Amino acid sequence: MSEVKLSYTISGDDFTRAGEASGDVKSKLKVLGVSPDIVRKVSIALYEGEINMVIHAHGGTIDVTISETEITMVLADRGPGIENVELAMQAGYSTASENVRALGFGAGMGLPNMKKYSDEMSIDTRLGEGTTVTMKVFLQ
Amino acid sequence: MGNEKFYTSVHLDESLCKGCINCIKRCPTEAIRVRNGKAVITKEFCIDCGECIRHCKNHAKLATHDSLDSMKDFKYTVALPAPSLYAQVNNIEDVDIVLTALKRMGFSDVFEVSAAAEIVSSLSREYIRNHKDQWPLISTACPTVTRLIRVRFPNLLEHLLPILPPMEIAARMARKRAMEKTGLPSEDIGIFFISPCPAKVTSVKFPLGYEKSEVDRVLAMKDVYPGLIQAMKDVVEDGQVEELSSTGNIGISWGGSGGEAGGLLTDSYLAADGIENVIKVLEDLEDNKFANTLSFIELNACSGGCVGGVLAVENPFLAKVKLKSLRKYLPIARTHDTPDDIGLEFTTDVAYEPVFNLGGNMAERLSKMSQLEELMEKFPGLDCGSCGAPTCKALAEDIVRGMARETDCIHVLRSYIRKISDGI
Ligand SMILES: Nc1ncnc2c1ncn2[C@@H]1O[C@H](COP(=O)(O)OP(=O)(O)O)[C@@H](O)[C@H]1O
Ligand code: SF4
Ligand code: SF4
Ligand SMILES: [Mg+2]
Repeated sequence: MSEVKLSYTISGDDFTRAGEASGDVKSKLKVLGVSPDIVRKVSIALYEGEINMVIHAHGGTIDVTISETEITMVLADRGPGIENVELAMQAGYSTASENVRALGFGAGMGLPNMKKYSDEMSIDTRLGEGTTVTMKVFLQ
Repeated sequence: MGNEKFYTSVHLDESLCKGCINCIKRCPTEAIRVRNGKAVITKEFCIDCGECIRHCKNHAKLATHDSLDSMKDFKYTVALPAPSLYAQVNNIEDVDIVLTALKRMGFSDVFEVSAAAEIVSSLSREYIRNHKDQWPLISTACPTVTRLIRVRFPNLLEHLLPILPPMEIAARMARKRAMEKTGLPSEDIGIFFISPCPAKVTSVKFPLGYEKSEVDRVLAMKDVYPGLIQAMKDVVEDGQVEELSSTGNIGISWGGSGGEAGGLLTDSYLAADGIENVIKVLEDLEDNKFANTLSFIELNACSGGCVGGVLAVENPFLAKVKLKSLRKYLPIARTHDTPDDIGLEFTTDVAYEPVFNLGGNMAERLSKMSQLEELMEKFPGLDCGSCGAPTCKALAEDIVRGMARETDCIHVLRSYIRKISDGI
């Protein structure tokens, strides 16, 4: 079965580049003829995940696999990990610093939106070691 | 009709094109390739933004429009000046001088697009108030922006403001008035829009959002300009200025960026101009990056707004200053009566046109995408343009679409030749 694999390294230092990976995935999904509402779901979920890697975890890697039936996104970082996932998933909960908030981030809606816009999501996190978020969006 | 759906006013004069690759780099949708030494525009990708006209040093990129001669095609003619026209001329504090001069140039009558713009402003205020579910509404006055959204931002189509652009409402009102005034049948009346851009020509030939335009001919502002200046001199000299204008501050402002949004009398808007900025806003909007408190987004493909149109004459920034001084002592609006006997809203949906799709079924598209990724590994990533495509990625896409070959890349070709010669 044919599939496309895309890999990105997300820099944790350059805030201005956050969103480039999800933007690239979005444009690729469009030329692949993926339906507009799915493109929307994937790009919002992935954008939020990418931003989280930058503002909470000093960057990481994003691997996207597109098959005929589904899109799988794996976002892995070696950041501080999430202490209380249940709490982090709550709408409005955020540990973002004042600096980050001043830039308009840290509204605490990232993880809830990732959950909302993906069809499956799992979080594997270890304090002091890092976090891996896996999201799936089905094409049919 | 057939391919009319992708009609473009912008085109190439082959005899002038030197194949210099300047334009391919400037096109925001990567619609241009240089093949066999000449630029070729892929119509499906072109949104008539005029960037290539702006940047072609050989003046080989042109806009199709009508000539002043075509006034002879009709018994009765009405000129529809775009608001940006007022900003092309010097030293006037009175729009009536421009309008009187247009009549002296031979038009039977004039009808200001800026007057219709005031109607659009008032309709928009009401529409936006009553359609919170569609916020932010996106302006549909710039045809380039609507065309861009139709090929690249399908998720934003539902936000398009479904109200006819000022040009169209002006045309409908002008035709009706002319028929009543003269008793002539519709076909004897010629409605002439004086345009700042090729995109308006295209929107007359193939409108998006409504079936048919009531504009009969589109003239380039730069063609009208010399005759207009002469006629204005005469008007100023003999002092016989007719009272023709019915536009206030809001209508005049439409000629520059921020003008349409200003007419909504709200603060919850965003206005962006210049095609690259427009694309950025649309990308972010598509990704949900804006607070949903915005009610309206005004987008103009040209920097500065329509005064920056490629068929306009004056420097757009100076032109904006002129618009400002022109409207200074005008009432907020002067056209208040919304006509109830012509259509004012969209009658057809603007449909998504997935022109950038790689083609074939999903399995085929995926394998084309893999092929594309492999090609990208081979190419040097210099985006040098020597192959005639604007970027290595664009060449890779052309190859998987069957429109180009790997060896069109001179870097690939060179290593290929080296390999062969090493083998000998
Ligand atoms: N990759 C990550 N690494 C460490 N902590 C994270 C990560 N992603 C999210 N978090 C934690 O979860 C919280 C909630 O995330 P989110 O809902 O995206 O809100 P926000 O990013 O606005 O703070 C964050 O404030 C942060 O404490
Ligand atoms: S008019 Fe604009 S979109 Fe069309 S070919 Fe020229 S630069 Fe590209
Ligand atoms: S901004 Fe105005 S002049 Fe420029 S393309 Fe759009 S409608 Fe035409
Ligand atoms: Mg977040």
